[in-house]
Amino acid sequence: MTTQARIPLLAQPRVQRVMYPLLVGLVLLAAWQGVVTAMELPPYLVPSPLLMLQTLVTDWQALGLALWATLKITVLSFLLAVLIGVLISFLFVQSKRIETALFPYAVLLQVTPIVAVAPLIIIWVKNPTAAMVVCAALVALFPIISNTTLGLRSIDPDLQSYFKLNHATRWQQLVRLRIPSALPYFFGGLRISSGLALIGAVVAEFVAGTGGAGAGLAYQILQSGFQLNIPRMFAALLLISLTGVGLFVLMAWLSKWALGSWHASELSQD
Amino acid sequence: MNRLAPEVLAPPPDLASAVPAVGILSAEKTYPNGTQALLPVDLSIAEGEFITLLGPSGCGKSTLLKMVAGMLEPSNGRLLLWRKPVAQLAQTGRKMAFVFQSPTLMPWASVQTNVRLPLDLAGVPRAEGDARVAEALELVGLAKFAGALPRALSGGMQMRVSIARGLVTQPDLLLMDEPFGALDEITRHKLDADLLELWRKKKLTVIFVTHSIHEAVFLSSRVIMMAARPGRVVEQFSIDEPYPRSADFMVSPQFSRYAKQLQDSLMRASSAHDTVDA
Repeated sequence: MTTQARIPLLAQPRVQRVMYPLLVGLVLLAAWQGVVTAMELPPYLVPSPLLMLQTLVTDWQALGLALWATLKITVLSFLLAVLIGVLISFLFVQSKRIETALFPYAVLLQVTPIVAVAPLIIIWVKNPTAAMVVCAALVALFPIISNTTLGLRSIDPDLQSYFKLNHATRWQQLVRLRIPSALPYFFGGLRISSGLALIGAVVAEFVAGTGGAGAGLAYQILQSGFQLNIPRMFAALLLISLTGVGLFVLMAWLSKWALGSWHASELSQD
Repeated sequence: MNRLAPEVLAPPPDLASAVPAVGILSAEKTYPNGTQALLPVDLSIAEGEFITLLGPSGCGKSTLLKMVAGMLEPSNGRLLLWRKPVAQLAQTGRKMAFVFQSPTLMPWASVQTNVRLPLDLAGVPRAEGDARVAEALELVGLAKFAGALPRALSGGMQMRVSIARGLVTQPDLLLMDEPFGALDEITRHKLDADLLELWRKKKLTVIFVTHSIHEAVFLSSRVIMMAARPGRVVEQFSIDEPYPRSADFMVSPQFSRYAKQLQDSLMRASSAHDTVDA
């Protein structure tokens, strides 16, 4: 998109939203490349961006497999966290007593560093993939619980009175009022949680990786460190970041699609 | 203490023989912390009346309306709808609808789905529901907007949707809690006039809460004047202007006379309260 001559296109906020960050990125990359070349920094200290890209291509066989492994754990743990998190939220909103009794333990789960718990889980759970999925799911769980619970409780009080006035059953209130009201909060939770699932997966790989169990990106970073293969380390790092960005964009898009489609789906009923 | 002795506020003679739609028997509301939201009220409303509860903030007019709706329990006294307790309204075969101060629509659902909500909750089949929704939207002049989302509509139109949702169940009793309070005056006049027409066409019984003297005079067959601290009923006025009432009524000398009466009553009520305080 280098149609810089056409000013109307550049004036569009949509184009600007992509253009500006892209420009900053390009400037930073150029500066990085410039500094590395000018100061003749050795690649085992700071590889240049070009070398990093080159490594990404040449080592794609190993890195691609590693990406696939990390992605698998991230997605599985994220889905597990969403499933369990939503179920727990539904449990919480059934009664304030249940929430009061259990919420501190959800917080406990959240504040305990996963690095500290991961070795234990890896000992307990025989299958290494399952162990890493459990670790990552634990990290990703909390935003789903807290956001969905908040959402299920964030109902227009008048609208709730209206439902009660019309003798709506608990089920009708849940399906027609609570769940739709909760959706925006739920998607907010998804956005945070998807990133956390990736972090959890990487941390779990770090802990499990030394045992030779994982072949994910974190394992690649560890191995590259041992071998002082810094360009490959950077390439793996880049893949992790890109995965995170990809997940975020996917969630944002999903949220827009789901919340925006209310209108269309309602129209199709007419 | 010159606390008003509860006297039954009965409908005017020509309606006195009609079926009482609402019977309020010494109903009062005192909160557990001792706050008196409403001193005992005795009020009888005949079928087909248009009643306005008029008073300043804190006079208990919304409290009274919510007790009639069954959303609040009176701390003492009884409320009857067609001679049955409020909770047993279904046994009388009559229906009630409530319109809130804000439109209280589901923002994620189309106008059509919003209006169909009470029917869906009652398990009315979709086809029959849709037919009745179309009819209700026609009544409020929003037939073209069935597929729109509430946020695409103006405040006045959202309020019309809310009224359509109230009418779709074909209620006998319509309770309205300052429904047009948040709208601009021009829109409010228009909706007031439309409401009167609906009331006449559908032979509804309406209880309408407002703090606007002009709105009360224009709409009501009877105005119940209320005062604050503690909330109580002080007086009632019959507005003996025949329906249909046109915009001309609002600039007529009778209208001003009624408005003046209500204004004076309001002043008396608040000054009486001041002397009690002193």
